[in-house]
Amino acid sequence: MLKIEKKKILLVDDDSDYLFQMTIALEDMGFEVVAAQTQQEAENIISKIKPDLAILDLMMENQDTGFILCHIIKNKYPDVPIIIASAVTAETGLLFDVESEEDRQWIKADLFLDKGIRNDQLHKEINKLLKI
Amino acid sequence: MGKLNLLVVDDEPGIRSGIKRILESFSVSYPFMDEDFEFDVLEASTGEEAIELLDNYLFDIVLLDNKLPGIQGVEVLEYIKNQGIDVIVVMITSYASLDLAVKATKSGAYDFVPKPFTPKELRSCLENIAKQLFLRRMTQKLQVEGKQIRFQFLSVLSHELKSPINAIEGYLKLMETKKMGNKMEDYMEMVHRSLARVQDMRNLIMDLLDFTRIESGKKQRNIKPVYFYEIAQQSIDLIQPLCIQKDIDIHLNCNDKISLKADKQELEIILNNLLSNAVKYNKQSGRIDLIIKQEKDEVFMSVIDTGIGMEKEDIDKLFEDFVRIKSEETKNISGTGLGLSLVKKIADLYDAKIQVESEPGQGSTFTIRFPVT
Repeated sequence: MLKIEKKKILLVDDDSDYLFQMTIALEDMGFEVVAAQTQQEAENIISKIKPDLAILDLMMENQDTGFILCHIIKNKYPDVPIIIASAVTAETGLLFDVESEEDRQWIKADLFLDKGIRNDQLHKEINKLLKI
Repeated sequence: MGKLNLLVVDDEPGIRSGIKRILESFSVSYPFMDEDFEFDVLEASTGEEAIELLDNYLFDIVLLDNKLPGIQGVEVLEYIKNQGIDVIVVMITSYASLDLAVKATKSGAYDFVPKPFTPKELRSCLENIAKQLFLRRMTQKLQVEGKQIRFQFLSVLSHELKSPINAIEGYLKLMETKKMGNKMEDYMEMVHRSLARVQDMRNLIMDLLDFTRIESGKKQRNIKPVYFYEIAQQSIDLIQPLCIQKDIDIHLNCNDKISLKADKQELEIILNNLLSNAVKYNKQSGRIDLIIKQEKDEVFMSVIDTGIGMEKEDIDKLFEDFVRIKSEETKNISGTGLGLSLVKKIADLYDAKIQVESEPGQGSTFTIRFPVT
């Protein structure tokens, strides 16, 4: 029997409800989910396993926890794609984007997504990053 | 197009004209700035000349060579500092001299450009400064209009309101699609979580109402002698159900004569917030002491808990709007982040001082000292 290894997604968010719902959604898409609710939990996970992709909330313990985690992950696993899912853009009008080379230098994420994104859109974006 | 006035101070005419040429066709633009910046360049060949220009014109940036025929660049820098001239100074240094760098930095030099420099180096240095200046001007402008605070407040508020709505919507969708099958019991956890988020939102709205009343200053204040013993008892009764859940004992130490000329509602908000924090951040089977004492020119009120406590650096942040100390221990405790900021705002109305002492893992003490007039 052919056994396909599931891709592992690290999901970090301080909202336990979002974490719960997102885990169900991602598992439905056929991924394995490793979830963390704090920066520390996420760092512990990263030190033990290498995920295939990471989805991080931006504002957790601090307003920039997402950026910090992003940095840590990219340092350890430069090839792991990272999505920052945030509600920040929609509400503050502060636009973060990683389109230009300059932005990419300081924001290490591969993609910024609004948290309100539909699941099928999210699935498409993940597949693109995982090159499936 | 915005203009930045730049003064080049260098005794070599070649450098001055070089800089002028580099900056002629150069403008700085960033996506977040509403306008691009160009540079208007004035020149000085000596430090003395520079000082005269600085006295008569407003500059945004000074490019300052250190080695000058008369007074040295560092002395010009000293002058700028002593006169309190608001300008960003970049030192042009022909060789890396640590001494000079230290001295110049102490006197407020913003950056260094090594000589010889390429046009690219100069541009990137000025680009950073333009960005800095833009942000500074922007903040000043917003502060003047009081907009910044409102803007931050509203954006955080919408975030705080949107999160529970997202969560509840997510659960409803899971139920709508019968994700967990047909049995109602399998959805009970989601129902409970949704109700908890609704409660959070209600608390936020209640806090917000108190908050706007106090912020706007429109609330009719009803100032008359308020007896602490009475309101303390009321607050304790209010919090009792939560205490029972967590098996926490509250001890009140207050005699029934202590009073203060105040608005009763405001004092209640303070007490309720401090006590509810003392319960929320306490340990199972912990203890709370509420001590109210009258000294000759002040009434002080201390709420002492045996809870998780916090680090020193967190204490300063506590009283800001929407700030919550997030950690492994607090992640499952709900709160609006407005409670203590309300307490602070009310305390300010009475010129009351707030003191916080805390030991991680041991507990916290919040003391408010009301001056008696």
